[in-house]
Amino acid sequence: MKDKFTIKDLNFWYGEKQALKNISLVAKDRKVTALIGPSGCGKTTFLRCLNRMHDLYPGNRYKGEILLDGRNILDKGLDLIKLRSKVGMVFQKPTPFPMSIYENIAFGLKLMGVKSKSEISGRVEKALKDSALWEEIKNRLNEPALSLSGGQQQRLCIARAVAVEPEVILMDEPCSALDPVATAKIEDLMTVLKQSYTVIIVTHNMQQAARVSEFTGFFMLGEVVEFDTTERIFTAPSNKLTEDYITGRFG
Amino acid sequence: MDSKRYDSARIGDAVFKGTAWFFAASVIALMALIFAVLLKESWLSINAFGLGFIWTSTWDPVAMQFGALPSIYGTIVSSAIAIVIAVPISIGIAIFLTEMAPKRLKGPIGAAIELLASIPSIIYGMWGLFIFAPFLSEHVEPFLIDYLGFIPLFTGAPLGIGMLPAGFILAIMIIPFISSVSRDIFQMVPPMLKESGYGVGATKWEVIRKIVLPYTRSGVIGAVILGLGRALGETMAVTFLIGNAQEIHASLLEPATSISATLANEFTEAVEDLYLSSLVELGLILFVITFVVLGLAKLLISRFSYQGGKF
Repeated sequence: MKDKFTIKDLNFWYGEKQALKNISLVAKDRKVTALIGPSGCGKTTFLRCLNRMHDLYPGNRYKGEILLDGRNILDKGLDLIKLRSKVGMVFQKPTPFPMSIYENIAFGLKLMGVKSKSEISGRVEKALKDSALWEEIKNRLNEPALSLSGGQQQRLCIARAVAVEPEVILMDEPCSALDPVATAKIEDLMTVLKQSYTVIIVTHNMQQAARVSEFTGFFMLGEVVEFDTTERIFTAPSNKLTEDYITGRFG
Repeated sequence: MDSKRYDSARIGDAVFKGTAWFFAASVIALMALIFAVLLKESWLSINAFGLGFIWTSTWDPVAMQFGALPSIYGTIVSSAIAIVIAVPISIGIAIFLTEMAPKRLKGPIGAAIELLASIPSIIYGMWGLFIFAPFLSEHVEPFLIDYLGFIPLFTGAPLGIGMLPAGFILAIMIIPFISSVSRDIFQMVPPMLKESGYGVGATKWEVIRKIVLPYTRSGVIGAVILGLGRALGETMAVTFLIGNAQEIHASLLEPATSISATLANEFTEAVEDLYLSSLVELGLILFVITFVVLGLAKLLISRFSYQGGKF
């Protein structure tokens, strides 16, 4: 089992405020890694380090190493555009672009320089099939993406991330705005996605972490309290804090 | 709750509702009243010249012959010039302020723009006449005549006053409006939406062009219309710079006039009833033009606006 992401002693500051302290963990290739922990513990901040989304805003600072296939993505001069096409992201709320369903997915492909119309439409179809959306919307490709339901929009965003064939997909509480049925569909989708991609998911829902992931990291106050296989975290955690959290004593 | 208190609360609500209704309705009443007065006062001129008033280009107070075409033409063309110049600049400013400017520049530039919007138009007019017009006639217009003189739009003498200078000054006056409204609209784009764009490997330019602008299209159109509405009715600065000639020329360098400039210039001189009535009819036409433009804008916005955004 190959290591996709290896994080060593990662520290992160929003301006003067330190949000992450000495984070070290590993995300295995083609597995789902879940990050859990109480609100404000740094899970999302950590996730957004992995595609350097923090760089969009001034004053943020990293220290440490984030190795993607052995290469430190915190190196100066790294091409962020390339990094982000390798490390896709899905957000807490669906974020369809203000264009048609088809164009939403073709967007990233065109940015990558795919010119051929037939190749684009082939890959759009594949992405929609991979994200289990094709059957529902194949006749509505030219409708605005915002006409879809919330769950469909979120799967569209997953399809959009998948279409550019990234290596890693980051998901930041992807089901927090969805109903249980839509949530179940996205969870099914994750188990399919991990056959081709490394998936890292932040979730507030511990059952979800238990259902979909192979590895789980428990975050608190900007630190990793425990990182292990999901099975061990949920059945025999070695840290008292982890046990208290997963059994619902706080959080 | 005892019934007495309940009754008095109900009366209070009814009074409040009635008062609010009254204030809201007064806006519409005022509008109708202005229209009615304009119509009544211009009745003499409407009777004398009929619909031909709109497309007649003679404006001769001595012979008592009046036609609105030069004024209408000047109003529309000077505003169009202003929009063509102001829209790209304003959107550029707004994009810079929301997407690119470092934090310590955002405040000062934003404040400067709002200050520009608060300068009285007479100041713009004086600045335009004494500083801007000589600059145009010495540096800009000779250049236009030399290099673009083969286009009929840029022929004639470099006077420094005329349609183009009026358009320029209008552009300067509406840039603060369009850019500050557009900036507020761009700021409403959800950060997550932009991040999604960056997340699939888009550059800043691609995010702005493909996501921010389409998402905010209807709002930006609204901002432009707001600017246009101001340009159509702007009086003092235009009166100083447009040249006040009741003529229509192909060249933008020639003196012209606009509805509001004609009104400002001639109201005090108009002693005859028909003259006065013709001026009021010009006012009525301006009222209608503005009304139609704003109506079209509403229509455009509702057609273009994005349906069912869920954020």
